Parts: sequence; C-alpha cells; structure tokens
Amino acid sequence: MADFKDFTKGIWSENPVFKIVLGMCPVLAVTTAAENGVGMGLATTFVLVCSNIVVSGVRTVIPDKVRLPAFIVIIASFVTIVDLVMNGFFHQLHKVLGIFIPLIVVNCIILGRAEAFASKNSIASSALDGLGMGVGFTLSLVVLGSIREALGNGTIFGVSLFGQGFVPMLVMILPPGAFVTLGLLLGVMNRIEQARDKKP
Amino acid sequence: MKEIARLILVLTIICVVAAASLSAIYTITKEPIERAAREEKLSAMRKITPAFTNEPDVDKVTISLGRDNKGNEIARDYYIATKDNAVVGIDFETSSAAGYGGTIYIIVGVTPDGMLTGVEILKHSETPGLGTKVTAPAWLAQFKNRDLANTIWSVKKDGGDIDYTSGATISPRAVVAAVKQGLEDFSSYREEIMAGAQTFITTQ
Repeated sequence: MADFKDFTKGIWSENPVFKIVLGMCPVLAVTTAAENGVGMGLATTFVLVCSNIVVSGVRTVIPDKVRLPAFIVIIASFVTIVDLVMNGFFHQLHKVLGIFIPLIVVNCIILGRAEAFASKNSIASSALDGLGMGVGFTLSLVVLGSIREALGNGTIFGVSLFGQGFVPMLVMILPPGAFVTLGLLLGVMNRIEQARDKKP
Repeated sequence: MKEIARLILVLTIICVVAAASLSAIYTITKEPIERAAREEKLSAMRKITPAFTNEPDVDKVTISLGRDNKGNEIARDYYIATKDNAVVGIDFETSSAAGYGGTIYIIVGVTPDGMLTGVEILKHSETPGLGTKVTAPAWLAQFKNRDLANTIWSVKKDGGDIDYTSGATISPRAVVAAVKQGLEDFSSYREEIMAGAQTFITTQ
C-alpha cells in the first residue's frame, strides 16, 4: 500500500540534495536566483513523477539485464517532452533554464529513484516517492537560490530586499558561492539532526 | 537464445513507444515553438525601432559581406521596418566573440541614415551580475542617437564615449566593438540595402 511516508521522506529525512547529495550539477549551476530554482525544481519533479510511475508500471516485464537502458530511454523521453513543451509554451523560462533541461537526463536523482525505489514498489508508492523527492529537490533549490540571490544581488524573486546602499557580494552568484552556501546548509542540516538525536 | 530474444523484444517495444510519443509531442509543440522564437525576435525589434506596421522579419534584404577566412560566404539579413510607405528603420543582427563567457549576440536598429535607434542583447553567457550589466536597459539606452561620426567608439577607459560599470570592461568592450562593426558594415552596404528596401514600400 502507498504510504504517506513515501512522500514526506523526500522533503527531510531523505532529502535528495542535502541528505543523499545527488544531482549536484543542476543544484550548483541554476541556483543563482530563487526563480531559476523553482523552474528547475518543477521540471525535475515532473520528470521524476512520470518516470517513477512508468518504471514502476513496467517493472515486472523488464528483464533485469536491460533495466538500465530501459530506464534511461523512459527518462530521456520525458525530459525531451519537458524541453519541447517548455520551449513552446513557457518560452521565457526556457530561455533561462534552456541548457539545464537536457541535463535532467543525467540527474542522478531520477535514475537513482527509478533504480532504488520505483523498480521495487507499487505505482502509487512510486508516484508519491517521485513527488516527495521532487518537492524536496525544489525546496532545496529555492532555499539555495534565495540565499545566493539575496546576498549576491540583493533581491529575492527579483524583489529588492535592501536599500540603495547595499553592495552585493558578487561571489555568491558565481560558482564558489554555490559551493559555500551548499556546504553551510549541509552543516546546518546535520547540526539540527544531531540535536534531534540527542533528545530521548 | 530465448533470453536474448526477450531482451531485444522488450527494449524494442520500449523504444518504439518512446519514439511514437516523442513524435506526437514534437508535432504538437512545433508551431508554438516557432511562434515563440519569432515573437521574441519581433519584440526585440519593436524595442529598438521606431513604430512600424509591416513584418520586418519577412521584409528583409540579404547582403553578402564577403567571405570569411575559410572561403564561406558571410551573409547578413537586414530587416526593413516600414510605416506609411516609408522606411522607418533597419534592424540587423551582429555578434562579438570577444565576450567574457563566449559569443554575445546583438540586434541593432538604425535609421536609414545610419543613426542608432536602439541596441538589444539577444543571447549571451556573461558572468551573472557583472558582465550581464550590458543587458540592462539603462546601459543599452546610451547607444540611442549615436552614429559613426558623433561618437568615439570605445569605452571610457579606452578613451571613448561609452559609459560602463567599473569592474566589468570585457563585456562592454565586446558589445561596443560589435555595434561599431555593424554600423561600419551598414554604411559600406547602405546603397544596396536601401535599394532592396525600396521594393518593400512600392509593392503595395
């Protein structure tokens, strides 16, 4: 039976970015602004849910030996669909995320979930798992993007935060800022976990 | 043998289904994608050109600018904007490979006399927050009403007339050089372009 936990675990206890630490390429590359994080997160969520459902649906007919090529074909198809639909109907967003969309194919989270979860669980559980992982991924990207955008550009979602006198820390929206922010957030997550574990 | 056959069969079925659904999606999205790309170009043209009533991306004059060092012909499209049977502006695309993060693609609008009516950046991969300042409307606005004669075409640091943000000089230099080159090409081929443009205002 599908369990609500399949959904919630992706948000905190098995968060793809901060706990499993998978798919770092898009995480580091697109989070220069909160808005990019939302777009990339939602696109990844869509692919995750669809590929999880399909992989789970065909898991009994796919022979073990060819499961990886089969999964890759399924994932790549959904990524191409996202690319085409976004280009046609959300052109502005596609301009920003353009080069990262094809990269969803190689995002380890998606193949990881197909292999580790969807190929062993029911369709409903797999859909919830994909949704939870997607939401967790999106939230992580938005948090990272917000921090970097706020410090590096003085805005969040394009809204100016500080007064005229604010001098942006440019490094935050450059690649080093991504690593620094990710590292600090990982540290904070681990600290919170430790504090939790100590309580009886 | 039996197993191999099964593996092949399963993979083939998956690929066929994937290919079929992709071709269906492609057919559905083909037109919106083309429309969006065209709309993007037209909206850039509207920003940099006085009001026009025709479709400049259709009414274009293609000029050969000679050959590159591999012997291939370099052709450039000049988009002719017209209103009330008169040419109000000419737009053309130019680019500079001297950007910090790669080639910067620019669309430039000029009057028939070769004075700038506007400059827009179409595509670039400059450093966010630094080189990307060349895409700011305030920065691009200073190109308006400049031409080859009334401006020293380099950034202030190099003794020219173009303002830029301190810290980022590579991107503005690239843009300035590309716009200048574009204006020079326009003035060398002006006669030809204007002759071609006439055909769009007398055909009505």
